[in-house]
Amino acid sequence: MAASPHTLSSRLLTGWVGGCVWYLERRAMQESPHKFMHLFRNINKQWITFQHFNFLKRMYVTQLNRSLNQQVKPKPEPVTSPFLEKTSSGQAKAEVHELRPISPPSLPLSRKANEKELIELESASVIEASIDVGNATKEEKQWKEMKLHVDDLPGILARLSKIKLTGPSSVRGVPPHKLPGACHRIALVVSTTSAGFALAPGPFDWPCFLLTLLGTGLASCAANSINQFFEVPFDSNMNRTKNRPLVRGQISPLLAVSFATCCALPGVALLTWGVNPLTGALGVFNIFLYTCCYTPLKRISIANTWVGAVVGAIPPVMGWTAATGCLDAGAFLLGGILYSWQFPHFNALSWGLREDYSRGGYCMMSVTHPALCRRVALRHCLALIGLSTAAPILDVTTWTFPVISLPINLYISYLGFRFYRDADRKSSRKLFFCSLWHLPLFLLLMLTCKQPPGGGSDKGEPQS
Amino acid sequence: MASLRSGRRTVVSHLCRAFTGPGSHLAPERGAPRRDAAPSRVSRFCPPRKSCYDWIGPPDKCSNLRPVHFYIPENESPLEQKLRELRQETQEWNQQFWANQNLTFRKEKEEFIHSRLKAKGLGLRAESGQKATLNAEEMADFYKEFLSKNFQKHMYYNRDWYKRNFAITYFMGKVALEKIWNKLRLKQKKTIN
Repeated sequence: MAASPHTLSSRLLTGWVGGCVWYLERRAMQESPHKFMHLFRNINKQWITFQHFNFLKRMYVTQLNRSLNQQVKPKPEPVTSPFLEKTSSGQAKAEVHELRPISPPSLPLSRKANEKELIELESASVIEASIDVGNATKEEKQWKEMKLHVDDLPGILARLSKIKLTGPSSVRGVPPHKLPGACHRIALVVSTTSAGFALAPGPFDWPCFLLTLLGTGLASCAANSINQFFEVPFDSNMNRTKNRPLVRGQISPLLAVSFATCCALPGVALLTWGVNPLTGALGVFNIFLYTCCYTPLKRISIANTWVGAVVGAIPPVMGWTAATGCLDAGAFLLGGILYSWQFPHFNALSWGLREDYSRGGYCMMSVTHPALCRRVALRHCLALIGLSTAAPILDVTTWTFPVISLPINLYISYLGFRFYRDADRKSSRKLFFCSLWHLPLFLLLMLTCKQPPGGGSDKGEPQS
Repeated sequence: MASLRSGRRTVVSHLCRAFTGPGSHLAPERGAPRRDAAPSRVSRFCPPRKSCYDWIGPPDKCSNLRPVHFYIPENESPLEQKLRELRQETQEWNQQFWANQNLTFRKEKEEFIHSRLKAKGLGLRAESGQKATLNAEEMADFYKEFLSKNFQKHMYYNRDWYKRNFAITYFMGKVALEKIWNKLRLKQKKTIN
């Protein structure tokens, strides 16, 4: 009989995860500002359904697995060089340019010609002045008072902690309703944590589960806020991130730091005393890793990708330790799966964003070591097959799991191989989009194939 | 580079002044009902007189950073003045760096495209009349080169930016505490009276 509440709980959780996905999809359809959510270190982990996937296939969307570097471009847009860009604002200046040739710098033959030139020059300057005035009033309207309205604060803080996406103007040229589905970042971190909790052996403890989710969510809010605090000038120069609250001056850096502290302290306290100290320690470590290691490293060395993969791998480990109270093989397996997944996902994404990285001064493999970038992506696609085989060996799942997950693992490996061989935008996009649906499906399959309690050795009771 | 080095010296001297005590500072403007520390780049914007907040503008065309008009209150304390000057100076330094960065990037990118097209024997214009471009794989060489060439510059910038950001936030905290303290003192005086 002990088996049934447990099986019921894991089935409930599978249903919950599915419901979560459905809910996110509905929210995505309703809300106008749509953007992808990020994991702890702003990894693009898209919790999307197949419908989103189709939506995405129609869009030319590239996401960066690093904060700041996402760019959503309208489709289809040819790669334009600066040659085609107009340095001046639009038509107005073009008119002025047309007028100028009328008054050529030739010596006046007669006074009449001289006067004519003067009149033309004057008219040109008058038009220019009126254009300038027009531009000036337009510019003036865009100035905003830096006064914090209390009503706006919840929305601003939601954007700061990446709970909510930024406004519709954030994506150049793309109307809001055409943007792909919203993925709330905190919800993603929380989802991977809950997957870790659900996959851990032992009876399913709902209070512990909810405390873990709350604590992890708060810790993630704090980390995201600090990340945005550090990256204001870089965010300003990237299209996706240029509408963040700190960039727009909606809140001050002091407020961002205070908010982060107010999230981190209760979050970590909740994890340490409400769940267990190990989970609390992992939470602190992850915040530290994301804000103090990954964020600065992005501009120093390509090692940031590996650090970032660890940051993404920790939430499911936290879920596992929350349920079992110890770091055992299953926790490392889950962490390993998330770690491996980051590479095909991010490396494929970063392939299309090399220009932005270069201009912004970001050290990414795709820019400095392109061959390594593709090799690592392929390597980790294959590692996923190995890890799914290790799952039943470590008593996390039954042997059904490697069998049923083999098709999707083979497919992503195939795309990884194509990316490795072709090294072009098309193959990178295919690999990226595949990774978006691969992870949720992979985790769902794991949940459905979870080892029933009788089959595995008993792990410790969850400490609460 | 020279401007960055001098910028760093200014930061260091600024921070030293901030920590040791009030040094020389600009005499506050008097007379106008609203006083402003306007961004030094050309901006014809003037905030309304009755507003006592900072104003933030649209992103600059070159640097993509948003300029801020700092409000100077009537009874600005030395600490508030230090904070404002630090923010003003950081803003200018940031604007300069990013404007330079973006312009240099664009210029070098054009030169690269130019030289590659020449090497290929192609003209600058495609058949359609538009300017010719290179594909992403060809541009990748340029991006790699640009990044490695400017690595040191980016390192110095990062270090300075982090220092300034922390200093500004620290002073904001101090100013906030000072304001709270003054308010409490005022309340205390009122209750005594």
